Amino acid sequence: MIPFDFIYCRPDSLTEALDTYRQLEAEGKSPVYYSGGSEIITLCRAGGIRPGAVVDIKRIPDCLCLFPDDQGLNLGSACTLNQVKESKHFPLLGTVCGRIADHTNQCRITLGGNLCGSIIYRETSLPLLLSDAKMTVFGADGLRTIAFKDAFPGRMHLRPGELIVQIHVPSRALRAPSSHVKRTQNEKIDYPLVGVAAIWQDNVLKIAFSGVCAHPFRSPRMEAVLNDHGPSCAARADKAVSLLPKPAYSDVRGSAEYRVFVLRNTLEALLEDWENGQI
Amino acid sequence: MVRYERKTVVCLHVNGSRHELAVRPSDLLLDVLRDQLGLTAAKPGCKNGDCGACTVMMDGWPVKSCLVLAVEAEGHEILTVEGLGGTAAVQKAFVDANAFQCGYCTSGFLMVCHALRTQHPVMPEEYTVEEWLQSNICRCTSYEEIRKAVDIMYGGGGG
Repeated sequence: MIPFDFIYCRPDSLTEALDTYRQLEAEGKSPVYYSGGSEIITLCRAGGIRPGAVVDIKRIPDCLCLFPDDQGLNLGSACTLNQVKESKHFPLLGTVCGRIADHTNQCRITLGGNLCGSIIYRETSLPLLLSDAKMTVFGADGLRTIAFKDAFPGRMHLRPGELIVQIHVPSRALRAPSSHVKRTQNEKIDYPLVGVAAIWQDNVLKIAFSGVCAHPFRSPRMEAVLNDHGPSCAARADKAVSLLPKPAYSDVRGSAEYRVFVLRNTLEALLEDWENGQI
Repeated sequence: MVRYERKTVVCLHVNGSRHELAVRPSDLLLDVLRDQLGLTAAKPGCKNGDCGACTVMMDGWPVKSCLVLAVEAEGHEILTVEGLGGTAAVQKAFVDANAFQCGYCTSGFLMVCHALRTQHPVMPEEYTVEEWLQSNICRCTSYEEIRKAVDIMYGGGGG
């Protein structure tokens, strides 16, 4: 059980959601937007957070869309990982969604929840960092559309009271050749020691990482090294891991040294597959 | 818009029946099913979304009821093992395959397998079966028999 009370609100529109959030904030209730709820419930039970109110956005139609148009793919923030995966519109994102938690939890965890969560991995961000995705958010200034990479330098940065409405992925990225590798300590279902997502556009590799550092990232310096076809795959992998933008992450699942070791080998194998035409 | 504060009466649809229940907004579906409706098939295991012992179906999909607020279940159809009636194909298959030892995980596995068949009326590929079953844990390690039960549920011999 959750050992304290909170207020539960379920708005039907974006305006209602924002008004409710602001009102609750004015009442001193420290509200949080709530979607799949897995992380919020877990943290409430464990004493990690104590919101005075939750604002459930799951029944706001704008947050539930999932459709392609001539610009690309539109994904509502309250779409579940399973819905994203089953839709098959963006195979790389679907594959990533299919490796987060387990299948039953994928039926609850939402795209917006994974991106905004406090758990550091936020794996759904990787395909979005690679695909020039945009994001529509709603807040005091109404709707605004921003580049995903600008709002997500490793974790979501939104203005107070803002919520993610939709993610937009350009058509070009949806069917680009791609690869996803997730290395875990032991079990298939676990947080990543190393998570790598890659796409190739015009034979140029774009690559993003989770689990390697304390936040997901994409590094132009690492990409430049990996795209330089002169040196061997091994040499490029060695050089790339020396250019991590932040210190490697270390915890009970794997030391920093081990994560770098796993990353280096993963990159070498990925480059060899690319060189051998297996991508 | 809905706003619930303190104990509130909500209406839940569980196993085909409508129930009016007084719940706190922070009450978990698992606890309400067990403590208020007496539906004890959904089991408290890890209470952290890991073990799957509390799995029920919501609108035909499996959910871990320890990670759902009872108030969120409003407007959705909830199905627990009690709602299977004792004669569902999945229940017969588990008996035929002896797919349990201590039985604590059984109701969670029954619901995830029943949801699998609901979403995939025709036997899906092995990868999909494996993916769905990996959501639940059996500490007695009856995995082989549970996998056999899935085959039987789909009309196969389980061999």
